[in-house]
Amino acid sequence: MHTIPGRRLIMALFLIFLLLPIYWLVNMSFKTNAEIVSSMTLWPHTPTLQHYKRIFTDESWYSGYINSLEYVVLNTIISISVALPAAYAFSRYRFLGDKHLFFWLLSNRMAPAAVYALPFFNLYSAIGLFDTPWAVALAHCIFNVPLAVWILEGFVSGVPREIDETAFLDGYPFPRFFIKILIPLIASGIGVAAFFCFMFSWVELLLARTLTSVASKPISAIMTRTVSASGMDWGLLAAAGVLTIIPGALVIWFVRNYIARGFALGRV
Amino acid sequence: MDKTINQKAWFLVLPVFLVVAFSAVLPLMTVVNYSMQDTFGNNQFFWNGVGWFKELLDPSTDLGGRFLASLGRNLLFSAIILAIEVPLGIVVALSMPRDGWSVAACLVILALPLLIPWNVVGTIWQIFGRPDIGLLGYVLNSIGIDYNYVSNALDAWITVIVMDVWHWTSLVALLCYAGLKSIPEAYYQAAQIDGASRWAVFKAIQLPKMNRVLLIAVLLRFMDSFMIYTEPFVVTGGGPGNSTTFVSIELVKIALGQFDLGKAAALSLVYNLIILIVCWVFYTVMTNAGAERRPVEGGA
Repeated sequence: MHTIPGRRLIMALFLIFLLLPIYWLVNMSFKTNAEIVSSMTLWPHTPTLQHYKRIFTDESWYSGYINSLEYVVLNTIISISVALPAAYAFSRYRFLGDKHLFFWLLSNRMAPAAVYALPFFNLYSAIGLFDTPWAVALAHCIFNVPLAVWILEGFVSGVPREIDETAFLDGYPFPRFFIKILIPLIASGIGVAAFFCFMFSWVELLLARTLTSVASKPISAIMTRTVSASGMDWGLLAAAGVLTIIPGALVIWFVRNYIARGFALGRV
Repeated sequence: MDKTINQKAWFLVLPVFLVVAFSAVLPLMTVVNYSMQDTFGNNQFFWNGVGWFKELLDPSTDLGGRFLASLGRNLLFSAIILAIEVPLGIVVALSMPRDGWSVAACLVILALPLLIPWNVVGTIWQIFGRPDIGLLGYVLNSIGIDYNYVSNALDAWITVIVMDVWHWTSLVALLCYAGLKSIPEAYYQAAQIDGASRWAVFKAIQLPKMNRVLLIAVLLRFMDSFMIYTEPFVVTGGGPGNSTTFVSIELVKIALGQFDLGKAAALSLVYNLIILIVCWVFYTVMTNAGAERRPVEGGA
């Protein structure tokens, strides 16, 4: 792969630009509130873990992380399991309305969450799912299922069709072929799709906040509580922010070799 | 490789269809229903026909004025961030290290901003840009630039744009990198034998090969910037005044703030329609680009 002159400098500058704001957040999370407000320090002079301790001991804080993870995991499971057969169908067969259906799915990935916030609120209140992880998990399907279908379709198309035909000739019934042969072959694709479902469900706030009130409130909504009568609790806010970055950073590490291909939706 | 025609494939697609229809079609019907009605509260509705839509598209009314102003701001915003992020993303992708551990390190750091919840992205920049406790705001003010995103509309715009560049340029860069990786080394060798300049290599080999991923990048970035809500909402709250109130922020204000269901629903539908049209144009261009490419590849 050919690169350009001065690439090391450009890359270094860009990475610094990416990391500096994150560093500042981490830096603040280890400072006392007095230090944050009173002086400008490039690193914590009196490092403290008080903000992290507060989050890990106060149930109203740490339950937010559990709630968020709950609906994210639920959503990922639902999205992948319904998307797998559909991805296979789109990749292998032509059927009535396939192109229109594919475009319709794609268009849902692009629908603004703000449009759906209020109708979702009505819908999930009406069927009694409001303020449960199911409501958020199902609501997030609207953009994650199309994405999963899209990514998986790319990966299924990468599997030679001869493999299907051989399996069917060997007398594999369809479900057994699917589970025993196809799924292991596109395991990395499933990983990538799961990563993206996890990611988009994890970063979304508007729907998650609208569809929950007390019991399933996500961490990102709880973070808005740090404004109190005595002013902003900046240190606590920063610590909560840092803790929301960690799950993402962990999953990136596992899929680092597939990130680029995944972002191209399996179509490179 | 031709696909076989098989109508039974519908059974495989059915689960997806049901799940998405439940989350998309049902709510959309509610929106259509609301958009035609007016209410005085107490769940009493009466027919309003296309009244809301007329108001929405007429800049002299309050609703229309707000909608068209926020639409204009949003289009300007999308245009600016595309103009910055696409070239910058290409440059970053071209600057990726060739091999070794540094590739993995760069990929992980590049992907990091993409995995941060959107409101935390807003929080990070809200803190980072503050003149009193943020590094950026503090440094800018101490070197004599009067920077305050809370009171100055231009500063607010710059902050939101820099934040978006920070947040999403990596997406463009990762896509372009994926495209670049798919170019066989033989192409470069051929270019070298021909004595092609650096620029010629970029124009004749790398850019055409990145065509498809760039389309995906532009599509995703346009859509996501056009429906941006959380990040500017956290940083500026749409202010100062209305200067950073984009369409989604305006919509949530009307729908969940004022509970003006009819107006919000009409706005939603027009908003959705714009996105659908743009989406369709991109989709058609993308599938056509794929169809045109294939025979060339087969011949090569």
